[in-house]
Amino acid sequence: MLAYITRRSLLLIFVLFGVSVLIFGILMTFSPERRAATFVTSPQQAKDIPRIIKQFGLDDPFYIQYLRWIKEVFKGNLGWSLVASRPVSEAFWNYFPVTLEMNLFAAPIVIIFGIWLGTLSGIHRDTWIDHSTRILAIVGWSLPTFLFALVLLMIFYGYFQILSPGVISDHLSMFILDNPDSFKAYTGLYTLDGILNGRLDITLDALSHLVLPVLTYVIVVVALNMRVMRSGMIEELSKEYVITAVAKGADQKTIHIKHARRNALLPVITVAGQLVALSMEGSVAVEVVYNRHGIGWWLAESAVQLDIPVLMCICLFMAVIFVITNLTLDILYAYIDPRIRLQ
Amino acid sequence: MNSQHPRLRELKFTLHRIFRNPSAVIGFVLILFFLAVAVFAPYIAPPQYAHNPYLMPHKGFSPTPKPPNKTHIFGTASGQYDIFYGVVWGTRTAFKIGLFVVGIAALAGIALGAISGYYGGIVDEVLMRITDIIWAIPTLVLAMTIVVAFGRGLDKIMIALALVGWRWYVRVIRSEILTLRDQDFVQAAKIMGVSDMKIILRHILPNAIYPALIMASMDMGSMVITASFMSFVGLGAPKGYADWGQMVALARNYIVGPPDDPLKFWYTIVIPGGCIVLFVLGWNLIGDALRDAFDPKLRRR
Repeated sequence: MLAYITRRSLLLIFVLFGVSVLIFGILMTFSPERRAATFVTSPQQAKDIPRIIKQFGLDDPFYIQYLRWIKEVFKGNLGWSLVASRPVSEAFWNYFPVTLEMNLFAAPIVIIFGIWLGTLSGIHRDTWIDHSTRILAIVGWSLPTFLFALVLLMIFYGYFQILSPGVISDHLSMFILDNPDSFKAYTGLYTLDGILNGRLDITLDALSHLVLPVLTYVIVVVALNMRVMRSGMIEELSKEYVITAVAKGADQKTIHIKHARRNALLPVITVAGQLVALSMEGSVAVEVVYNRHGIGWWLAESAVQLDIPVLMCICLFMAVIFVITNLTLDILYAYIDPRIRLQ
Repeated sequence: MNSQHPRLRELKFTLHRIFRNPSAVIGFVLILFFLAVAVFAPYIAPPQYAHNPYLMPHKGFSPTPKPPNKTHIFGTASGQYDIFYGVVWGTRTAFKIGLFVVGIAALAGIALGAISGYYGGIVDEVLMRITDIIWAIPTLVLAMTIVVAFGRGLDKIMIALALVGWRWYVRVIRSEILTLRDQDFVQAAKIMGVSDMKIILRHILPNAIYPALIMASMDMGSMVITASFMSFVGLGAPKGYADWGQMVALARNYIVGPPDDPLKFWYTIVIPGGCIVLFVLGWNLIGDALRDAFDPKLRRR
């Protein structure tokens, strides 16, 4: 087991190194002049471009520039963000809670609903329950997140005028800006900070702003989980141990929940990594449309405004999250399924 | 029946299974409809600019969309772009994106996966580690970064997605081939002195290709979604290009109408948006039916 974890961890370091080289390589296709131009803030400074290239060594060979960059990254210096107009590492912690908050609310719903509906449709295969969850899955899979988000916004914000985009209502965000002492940002999550500061109105307001993003996200993402759970369930239910259990007269519910579902959960864990990648992509679209200034919004904005350091930072961040999730899942999988551990 | 080649017989059975499934029929009808629209686009919506038919014609520059009327049967978007024209030519754009991206990604992925799985050893190790690296960044994020590096434009989006998309096929084909490689019929072919190339193409790939086909069908949809999102954000073609994602972007500021009629501009988003959804739905229905038809566990039930 220990050898297994060590091997996987070494792979993790290798992958992160590869990702950093890849991303740096992609963004090095910019000419030195264009990369120097990001330091220029006014037309008068344009004549300084050759000097900037010299000063920052923008025309050095690839590996020298890479080493220089990676050294700074290890010191915690990820560069300057044009979009946020502050250092990338500082801005990151500003945007991250917004994304985290949404995912914290959405993930349990996706997992529970996916497993529940998947189990149901697996047990009642080819009945109306199965067909309707199948339609839900295919339609959810076919809905572009950004489009679905816009339509929900059109209905709930435009027509019913009950839910609005953003993270928190304007008057409350003004209040927080004006009174930094009375509302302390302990976690950066408005729902939690509201409780910690004894301002339940802020918590409720933040929750109401979370309804649409979480809904969008769940409907688009839940399909994967559900379908994998369904096929896992169907496979398990046709196995011999289930027939044995039926033959000895075990209770239907016990067979489904205790025997079949526990085994059917294994493939769900294998796709969880894919689910994490999906949710990272989903949060970009959701944040752009609902105007929630999180990591996804920052990424889209940086891509449009050519904010290169931010793109590097976010790619690295997503790779770290992805790799760590997969490592955790592998260990979890080996723990749950002894057949893998003992190989 | 018995005189037929077994592969042909299986194909017939597969087609029978596919078309017994009503959702597959809906999927094929949707895609055939879009295909007809794409092919006959010049007749359905005659282009106004001969040098570039993908440019949407617009009369005036008023930012307020106008509802469907006699000359513009689907209305006009912000900037007075004709929605009907944009939707028709946007179908061509969608097929272009889907076929280009999926075609290149699938071919590259299948080739690399076959090489990696069949030969194993150092080639496999190197290819798989490269795939691991590319795998670690979500499709959208990596594609966006590549588009930024190459410069904006629909063609850049297509290239970026093709560069990212192949990784799925490599893994799927490789794992299929690993299970086939040591089977008796492959060993027999090797002993008889059949060349590696021929073994891969004639004996292994036909047995391993189905998961990749299913994936390609699903990818036609998801790649169009990703591309249209990038267009929506503003990384796509210049303004006025017939592209569904961009038409949704044009509608973005008009999702909420005046207070007395909040859904006034519904057509600006529902029409191009509906096209994206139906197009993707069509491919996904086909993919889902293919999975049911090819899955050996479900096939003979």
